Amino acid sequence: MLLALLSIWHFLVQFKILPPFFFGEPLKIILQIWIWFSTGVIYEHLAITLLETLIAFFGGLALGLVTGLWLGLNNTASLLLDPYIKALNAMPRVILGPIFVVWFGLGIWSKVMLGLTLVFCVVFFNVFQGVREVNSNILSSARMLGANRRQLLQSVYFPSATSWLFSSLHTAIGMAFVGAVIGEYLGSARGIGYLILQAEAVFDVNTVFAGIIVLTLFALALDSIVTLVEKRLMVWRPAAS
Amino acid sequence: MTTDAYSNHPALALRDVACNFGDYKAIAPSSIVVADGEFVSIVGPTGCGKSTLLNIAAGLLAPSGGTVHVYGDPLNGLNQKAGYLFQAESLMPWRTALSNVTIGLEYRGVPKAEALRQGNEWLERVGLSGHGHKYPYQLSGGMRKRTALAQTLILNPKILLMDEPFSALDIQTRQMMENELLELWNSDKKSVIFITHDLEEAISLSDRVIVLSAGPETHPIGDFKIDLPRPRDVAEIRMTQRFLELHKIIWHTMRDEVLKAYSKMRTQ
Repeated sequence: MLLALLSIWHFLVQFKILPPFFFGEPLKIILQIWIWFSTGVIYEHLAITLLETLIAFFGGLALGLVTGLWLGLNNTASLLLDPYIKALNAMPRVILGPIFVVWFGLGIWSKVMLGLTLVFCVVFFNVFQGVREVNSNILSSARMLGANRRQLLQSVYFPSATSWLFSSLHTAIGMAFVGAVIGEYLGSARGIGYLILQAEAVFDVNTVFAGIIVLTLFALALDSIVTLVEKRLMVWRPAAS
Repeated sequence: MTTDAYSNHPALALRDVACNFGDYKAIAPSSIVVADGEFVSIVGPTGCGKSTLLNIAAGLLAPSGGTVHVYGDPLNGLNQKAGYLFQAESLMPWRTALSNVTIGLEYRGVPKAEALRQGNEWLERVGLSGHGHKYPYQLSGGMRKRTALAQTLILNPKILLMDEPFSALDIQTRQMMENELLELWNSDKKSVIFITHDLEEAISLSDRVIVLSAGPETHPIGDFKIDLPRPRDVAEIRMTQRFLELHKIIWHTMRDEVLKAYSKMRTQ
């Protein structure tokens, strides 16, 4: 089916039914990708985007997990902070992109911070809910079996929260990636987003498409790694049919 | 505590225990005493507060009035001499059956090898050897109940509190579990409070049956000694003359309360 779509695309552009200036030419796009990979130009940019994504991901994960656990368990703190949490959730966080560029410069940190903020919000809310919605029977049961506060946290709250966390892992990695790329798009010196930005500036639509395709393949690769990890760690879950 | 001290005091003594939720008087001042080694069932119409009483005995809930004594000592916080078997799922889904069974030992700092040894022993006793590596979702309802039973009994509590533990099982599994419970109880006479709405189950298992009134302001309205001989088979004992007599007597007390509870539900 992919080949069919590509052929139609090629055909439409070749015979100028669709203007190539706006829609690009599939052959030229594939050529651009080939050039990128065979000359090794792309690896530096891939590495940078990957680095930004991973730091944002793990950083946001850790922060979201800790904050989610803390607020989930601490009633007074969560009541106090509740309106601010709601506000943070309602705001489109991508808006923070330009602010981060101003604060953290054009290097990797502004991209990392954007990705991190996006990941944090997803993870935090999932962990927060996970802690709040711990099965009260399981809690009472653990208490009757003699668990102290620390043991309750370790053996009940934490596993319950992390199961919620893992269900949000795909979204989280997606967010980290989006943060990194959009950050680069807003201003950068390296990365796949940067390549797309450069191409766009000179209206090289083929390179833009090439960049988008590489990004997509990359995102799919990350997603499949997450699925692997998920399957390994969530072995106790009944498989959703 | 010496064994003398255990036998001198009742295992559980709830005296004039009341429970209010705001203005709602769920339980009127009630007294329930369970002697050491006694198997007591509490029956009553649905929604009358049986579970609330059990939670008070467990220390999961503090009474609004009255006192609770465990072997003569006033209860403050969780009842550490009691094991609790829940009605709904209480196993940790992220742990294997064996891991669930040993968790109480883990909490007490028992070394891993010893905990595993005891865990496997108990799995065998409840008929689940070979299933220790499975997760709860891979086990049937009856198997999960047996795991929960092992999880509680491995800690050897003096008192066993059971909240309609078998009501979610099909009749055959239920009778099998009841017989298994009696067998396990027989080998080491724990003091048991067994909540159920099934009068037949109550009579076939217990030494005494306490009947509660319909809510609100639930209180005991009957306390019947069950003089059926032991050991019993729950399926066979139901056919005996004495069982039927007892059933008739106790049901007579219960019947009005059950009707009261149903009419309340309909008008709501």
